[in-house]
Amino acid sequence: MKIRYFAWMREHTGTASEELSLPAEITTVGQLADHLKATSDGHNIALRNMKTVRVAVNQQYAQLDSPISDTDEVAFFPPVTGG
Amino acid sequence: MGKILVTEDDFDIGHEMDLLKQSGVGAIASFVGIVRDHAEGPTLLSMTLEHYDGMTEQEIGKIIDIAYDRWPLAAITVIHRIGRLLPHENIVFVGTASAHREAAFQSAHFIMDYLKTSAPFWKCEETDAGASWVDARDTDDTALEKWR
Repeated sequence: MKIRYFAWMREHTGTASEELSLPAEITTVGQLADHLKATSDGHNIALRNMKTVRVAVNQQYAQLDSPISDTDEVAFFPPVTGG
Repeated sequence: MGKILVTEDDFDIGHEMDLLKQSGVGAIASFVGIVRDHAEGPTLLSMTLEHYDGMTEQEIGKIIDIAYDRWPLAAITVIHRIGRLLPHENIVFVGTASAHREAAFQSAHFIMDYLKTSAPFWKCEETDAGASWVDARDTDDTALEKWR
């Protein structure tokens, strides 16, 4: 699956995009975030406060309990500030 | 019909208004967002806009669809710039055309309020003191309540 990060979360993780083989035991966005936090200090900083993180699955807004599969694109980003 | 454009290029406000006029109705309302020349104190040198290519256009499309459902509109244009912008440059244009001024005014206001809270754009401000990501504002969320 493809994981994407934007704005200051991208700066903390050090990457805008990464590929991941989804472990079978991970079935939700929240579980995926926990898994990613363990991959580096930067990921841990980016994802440490999931209350302030917005998520999208296949470019649609999603929740921490939203289901995911290995073919999905999951994005993590801060609250939006356009306009 | 709705026109959505996410681009690094500047837009011509007069040209966009002329295109909206071609819908033939009697009222056009517009909003233009512009880069300020100061942040919360220090002088603003530039503002860089990042976005989620693909999702951005989908989210703006959803907002436009809701506006067409709620108001009698003949045309909608939403243009949002990305990349590095300097003070006084245009950031965003929203224009709505309708036979009724209330519909034009209200729908333009509605589209801006929703765009600010759901379209995936992020602003990074560069000042004398360095670069920092702009925080989302609670007032942007409360602005949505009047449309519920």
